[in-house]
Amino acid sequence: MSQIAFWGAVELGLVYAFVAVGVFLAFRVLDFPDLTVDGSFPLGAAVTAVLIIAGVNPWLAAAVAMVAGAAAGMVTALLNVRFKILNLLASILTMIALFSVNLRVMGKPNVALINADTMLSPFYGLGLRDFYVRPLFVGVLVALAVVLVWRFLESDAGLAMRATGANARMARAQGVDTSRQIYLGMAISNALVALGGALFAQTNGFADVTSGVGTIVVGLAAVIIGETLLGARGILIALIGCVLGSILYRIAIQVALSTDTLGLQASDLNFVTALLVTIALILPRLRRGGAA
Amino acid sequence: MINVENIQVVFGKGTPLQKQALNGVSLTIEEGSFVTVIGSNGAGKSTLLGVLAGDVLPSGGRVTIGTADVTRKGTAARAGLVARVFQDPLAGSCGALSIEENLALAARRGESRGLTPALGSKRREHFRERIAELNLGLEDRMRDRMDLLSGGQRQAVSLVMATLAGSEVLLLDEHTAALDPGMAEFIMNLTQKIVSERKLTTLMVTHSMRQALDFGHRTIMLHGGEIVLDVAGDSRKTLQVEDLIAMFRRIRGQTLDDDALLIG
Repeated sequence: MSQIAFWGAVELGLVYAFVAVGVFLAFRVLDFPDLTVDGSFPLGAAVTAVLIIAGVNPWLAAAVAMVAGAAAGMVTALLNVRFKILNLLASILTMIALFSVNLRVMGKPNVALINADTMLSPFYGLGLRDFYVRPLFVGVLVALAVVLVWRFLESDAGLAMRATGANARMARAQGVDTSRQIYLGMAISNALVALGGALFAQTNGFADVTSGVGTIVVGLAAVIIGETLLGARGILIALIGCVLGSILYRIAIQVALSTDTLGLQASDLNFVTALLVTIALILPRLRRGGAA
Repeated sequence: MINVENIQVVFGKGTPLQKQALNGVSLTIEEGSFVTVIGSNGAGKSTLLGVLAGDVLPSGGRVTIGTADVTRKGTAARAGLVARVFQDPLAGSCGALSIEENLALAARRGESRGLTPALGSKRREHFRERIAELNLGLEDRMRDRMDLLSGGQRQAVSLVMATLAGSEVLLLDEHTAALDPGMAEFIMNLTQKIVSERKLTTLMVTHSMRQALDFGHRTIMLHGGEIVLDVAGDSRKTLQVEDLIAMFRRIRGQTLDDDALLIG
């Protein structure tokens, strides 16, 4: 694997770390299996791309993408909380609807950002080569997001959200409005995922309506790889695990695809992903079995 | 103070399984009074507790806790007035959170929750002191996950959690039923201590007639969604478990064969 390919994998891993943290919030903290992310990731990319082309400041474009993602999460929460639709199904409905929304936002299936100013533009040409600049820039944002989410989850408000996912009846008995926590949690989760989509568009130079397919599996893979490697040792470790898992996932994919002896093609990606997630799921079980 | 007036609760209304769970129950419990509630399965004990806690919203009647009319308020909205310990030790706390996180959660019961760190050093020290009072050695395990504790330990912590934030009433829902006899006794003594020290208005549902008479100031018996017995003061002091069973037989007009579990 070349250096460029390696740093490319790290960069993509860091972009998807936002997805992993979002998925962690929904699946692990709120215990809400949320597939909205397959729609909110390209939504973030689409909103950012369209706004940047319209001349909007790329930072503002990313912020608007986060708001759009939050709104998507709220729709899923509304379907589940207000209309009692099963959480998984509610998220699938939003996801399907978002495909059309994303096409409307972009007006076509694919928008290119060639020569447009992005959040990264000021950092190119400062002496560091581009394939270092991108992961470094995204990495700083990821670190910031991890710290903020960590501080939140260890605050009074965050504790209420964790209790909602862990034991909703107890949470209500402690005065926690569990419905509100689901709205809030789904909004934060999908805002992070949309930010991932926004950064994906800005680092790769395009937004594509199909780029969301399988986002949830990639995010879940990162969460599970992180848990397998670092174990359950508190919120901060779990969040770092999400980031690490996301990067390692991308490197593993890159290795698998670039090793000629395996004879894999890019189209085998989904199979490799499924295999990786399966291994990550089985591994802790095997370890426990060996110890017993 | 608790005041319920003419409470009506019907489950499965309009279906073949329609059941009148509470039929015109009225009850006033004075400030600082400790009331025990007995009755067979399906008598309406848990429903009455649910009506007070907000889990069950009555179709008729009025519920007042302290000075607030809470008839139409849900569980979360009235949590500031009501502290509660569940029968199932797993129900009253979060197994996935640490002991101190559970305490932090309970310490803000009924209050707004902001972005302040849940476990500042001051709060940590306060929680540690409160847990140390239990003499269970849990003060050295504050960062352990709650689900590592035994049922009895969890109930003990739940009792502490119930008293961290102020409340008008304490509701105990057969909170020793899932424990072994030794632990049940420990939890009951702890309950007695906490209730008398803090002068809490308390309603305890129990399956044990022994407990119902040994603790508290007043005992009520529910049957078929109605209060069929209400004793306090001197007449209660001389009351024996056998008397309760005899009364229960008279009320039901039948033998108690299938209610052997009532005698405990």
